[in-house]
Amino acid sequence: MEAAHGHDQAHGHDDHAHHPSGIMRWVQTTNHKDIGTLYLIFSLTMFFIGGILAFGIRAELFQPGLQFWRPEFFNQLTTMHGLIMVFGAIMPAFVGFANWQIPMMIGAPDMAFARMNNWSFWLLPPAAILLVTSFFVPGGAPAGGWTIYAPLSTQMGPGMDLGIFALHIMGASSIMGSINIVTTILNMRAPGMTLMKMPLFVWTWLITAYLLIAVMPVLAGAITMLLTDRHFGTNFFNAAGGGDPVMFQHIFWFFGHPEVYIMILPAFGIVSQVIPAFARKPLFGYASMVYATSSIAILSFIVWAHHMFTVGMPAAGQLFFMFATMLIAVPTGVKVFNWVATMWKGSMTFETPMLFAVGFIFVFSMGGFTGLILAITPVDIQLQDTYYVVAHFHYVLVAGSLFAIFSGTYFWLPKWTGHMYSETLGKWHFWTSLVFFNVTFFPMHFLGLAGMPRRIPDYAMQFADFNMLATIGALGFGLSQLLFVWGIIKCAKGGEKAPNNPWEGADTLEWTLSSPPPYHSFETPPVVK
Amino acid sequence: MISKWTKRFAAAAAAACILAPALAAASQYNLQPPQTIIAREIYDLHTLIFIICCVIFVVVFGAMTYSIIMHRKAVGHKAAQFHENTTVEIIWTIVPFFILIGMAIPAAKTIITMKDTSSPDMTIKATGYQWKWGYDYLQEGISFYSSLSTPRELITDNTPEGYKKREAYANYLLEVDNPVVVPVGKKVRIITTANDVIHAWWVPAFGVKQDAIPGFVRDTWFKVDKPGTYRGNCAELCGKEHGFMPIVVEAVEPEKYALWVAEQKKKMAAQADDPNKVYTADELKARGEKVYAANCQVCHQPNGMGTPPAFPALAGSKIATGPKDGHIGIVLNGKPGTAMASFKQLSDVEIAAVVTYERNAWSNKTGDMVSPADVKKLRK
Repeated sequence: MEAAHGHDQAHGHDDHAHHPSGIMRWVQTTNHKDIGTLYLIFSLTMFFIGGILAFGIRAELFQPGLQFWRPEFFNQLTTMHGLIMVFGAIMPAFVGFANWQIPMMIGAPDMAFARMNNWSFWLLPPAAILLVTSFFVPGGAPAGGWTIYAPLSTQMGPGMDLGIFALHIMGASSIMGSINIVTTILNMRAPGMTLMKMPLFVWTWLITAYLLIAVMPVLAGAITMLLTDRHFGTNFFNAAGGGDPVMFQHIFWFFGHPEVYIMILPAFGIVSQVIPAFARKPLFGYASMVYATSSIAILSFIVWAHHMFTVGMPAAGQLFFMFATMLIAVPTGVKVFNWVATMWKGSMTFETPMLFAVGFIFVFSMGGFTGLILAITPVDIQLQDTYYVVAHFHYVLVAGSLFAIFSGTYFWLPKWTGHMYSETLGKWHFWTSLVFFNVTFFPMHFLGLAGMPRRIPDYAMQFADFNMLATIGALGFGLSQLLFVWGIIKCAKGGEKAPNNPWEGADTLEWTLSSPPPYHSFETPPVVK
Repeated sequence: MISKWTKRFAAAAAAACILAPALAAASQYNLQPPQTIIAREIYDLHTLIFIICCVIFVVVFGAMTYSIIMHRKAVGHKAAQFHENTTVEIIWTIVPFFILIGMAIPAAKTIITMKDTSSPDMTIKATGYQWKWGYDYLQEGISFYSSLSTPRELITDNTPEGYKKREAYANYLLEVDNPVVVPVGKKVRIITTANDVIHAWWVPAFGVKQDAIPGFVRDTWFKVDKPGTYRGNCAELCGKEHGFMPIVVEAVEPEKYALWVAEQKKKMAAQADDPNKVYTADELKARGEKVYAANCQVCHQPNGMGTPPAFPALAGSKIATGPKDGHIGIVLNGKPGTAMASFKQLSDVEIAAVVTYERNAWSNKTGDMVSPADVKKLRK
C-alpha cells in the first residue's frame, strides 16, 4: 500500500477559503468527515436522552408499587427509550462510522454524493425534535411500545402522529445514506482493491446498506397505513372494518428483523478490524466472514414471524420459522469461531479498543445463546414478552452494538482527532460498563424465567430483589458513560500527538493518512497490491 | 426506610450469588414448576438447550481465555501468520448444524402437541378487555368478568407503611375477584379473542400463552395435573393498565368443579335482571355507581375528573350533560381512534344505570333518567 502522501497538499486545500467557518461550516458541510462527526455527536446526544428515559423506567421499577409515574407515562418511557435508542442512537452512530471510515478505508477522497450526504444528516435533528416534543403534546408521547402494534397505536393521541412523521423522516435519511454508501463502495475503491480485498468493516456496511434500502420502505408502508387508519377512515388493521391487526405485526417484523441485523452487522465489521490489529495477526477466515455476513443478511428476511409465535399461527408456520431462525446460529457461530481463531497464537495487547472487542465477543455471545433458546418455539411461547426477552436483546444491542461502537470509537479516535485518548479513562470506562451492564441485565434472565412480563410499571413481590439489583446496575451503567464523554472531550481538546498509525497491527488504508487526515482524504488514489 | 432499602439490597446482592442456591427457592432462577404436560416439555427443552449452550460456551470461551492468557505480547508470544484453514472452517460450520438438528427434533414434537386442541373435555372463551378478562364457559353457560382485586390505594401508597403493607400482602397484583375454575385431569380448550386491542392470556405454570386478538379467534389448551391456584398476567402491552390484569386459574377435583358450576348458575340466575322490572332513578343511580366503579373509574377517576387529555373528565363534560342519546351512543360504541372502547358487552340495565349515574353524579345535575328501553333502542 502506498504511504501517506497528502499532508502538505491537504493543508494547501484547507487554506482555500472555499468552505465556511463557524456554525455554517457544519450546516453546509459536504465533507464526509464533518458529516461523520455530526452523526456521532447526534447519536451521543440521543444516547443520553434515551438513557435518561431508561433510568426513568428503572427508577419506577426499583421497588414494587407505583412511586414516580402514572402507568400511561411509564408506557411512554419504555416506548420512547426504545425508539430513541434504535433510531436515534445506534443507527446514526454506525452511519457516522461509515461516513468517517469508508472513504478512508477504500482510498476515496469523499462519499459519492456529498450534498445528499449533508441532507441525510440534517434530516435527523428535525426528526429527533418531533420525537422528543411528542412528550409535550396532549396525550403525551407514543405509548404502544417501540413496535407500535395496531390497534393499540390507533388509540394514541397526536404524539403518535409526531412519532410516525419522525420515523418517516429518519427512514428517508437512512435510505439516502445507504444509497450513498453503496455507490461509494461500488464505484470509488482504489485501483487494485477488489471486493474480496475490502476491509471487513466496508463489507458489513455494504450488506447493511442493502438491508436498509430493502426494509426501510416496508416500515414506511406500515406506519403510513397506521396513519391512514388513525385519520382517514381506512381499516387496514381494524378488525371491525374487515382489517387484520396481525397484518401490522407481519409487516412490522418484516422490517424489524432485518433491522436487528442492521444494528449488529456494522458492529461485526468494527470488531473484525479491531481484533486482528491487536492480535497482530491477519483476520482468520476472511472469505468465510464475508459469506457468513451475507447469509445472515439473507436469512434475516425469512425469520420475521419468530417475533410472533404467540399470535397463533399454524404448526407448519411455527416449524418453518423455528428452523429458519435456528439456522442463523450457524453463520453467527462461524463469525465467533473466526474471531477466536484470529486471537489464537496472536501477540495480543489489550488497549481499550481490544478490551471492548473482546468484551463484545464474550457478552454478545451470551445474547446469541439466549437467542438460540428463544428460537425454540415452545420455549419462546413461555418467554415471549417477559424480561428474558428484555435481557436477550439488551445483551445483543448494548453489549453487542454499543460495545462495538465504543471499541471503534477508541480505535479510530487518534485518527479522527490527531490525539491519543486517555488509556486510563478508557479502561475505567470498559470495566465499569462491563460490570454494571451485567449487574443490570443478567438478573433479568431470572425475572423472565420466573414469569415477570415486560412493559409493566409494577410487579409482584417475588420479583422485588432482582429488580432492585437491576436498577442499581442501571444507575452505575449510566454514570459509567460519563467517563466515555469525558474521555472523548479530553482527546478532542488535546493530548499526546497521535502518529499516522498508533496501532502496531493495523494495516488498512486509513492508517497511511496523517492523523487527523487531510480534508479530502485521498486526493490521488493509493494503489492496492 | 433506609435500613429497609439496605436490607433489601443486601438480600438482592445475596440472591445474585448463584452459588448460594439455599438462599431462595430454585423457582426464582428458573421457569415456574410445570403443572401440565406442555409446561413440562417446555421446561425440559429449556434445560436441554441451556446445557448444550453452556457446554459450547465453556469450550469456545475456554479456548479464548487460554489464548488471552498465553498469546499475549506481554508474555513474549510471537504472532503466527496463518489466516485460514478450510478443514477447520468446514468442521465448525457442519458440526453446529447437526447440534441444531438435535435440538429441533424434540422442539418440533412439542409444537405438534401444543397445537393439538382437538377433542377437549370443555371449552372456555377468554375475552380481553381494557383492562380485565371476560370468561364464557361455552358448555356450562357460565359467564363472568375477572379483574384485579388488589386495592388501588395499596398500589399507589408511597408512605413507608405502604411498602410494608405491600410486602406483607399475599399475591400482590396476582389476584382477581373471580378466578377461572377448572377440573383437574380434563383437557381444557381456551379460545381467546379481544374487545379492543391485543391482549395475551398467559399462565406460566401451564406453558400456555396465547394472544387475544380483536376480531379473531385463537385457541390453545391445557390439562392440569394437580389441584391448586395458578397465576399469570396479560402478556401483550394493551395500554395503561396492562400491568394490572392478572389471570388466576383454580384447578379443583371434578366433584368440586361440579359444585362450583351449580353455584355459579344459581348466582347468575339471581343476578339476572328481570326484563319487565321498572326502575326508579335512585335504583339506577345506585346500580350505576357500581357499574362505574367496575368499568369506568380506572380512566375517568372516582371523582369524574379523568386524567386529561387522554382520559377526559366526565364531570361537566358536554357529552355527559348534553343529549342523552349521544351519551348512550358513546358508551355503547366507544369512540374510534381514542382509548374509549365499546361497552356493548354490558346489559341494557347496566348501561342505563351507568349513564343515569354519570348524568347526575359530581357536578352533573341534569336530573335525567335513562331507562333500559332507551339503551335497547340505540343498540345496533
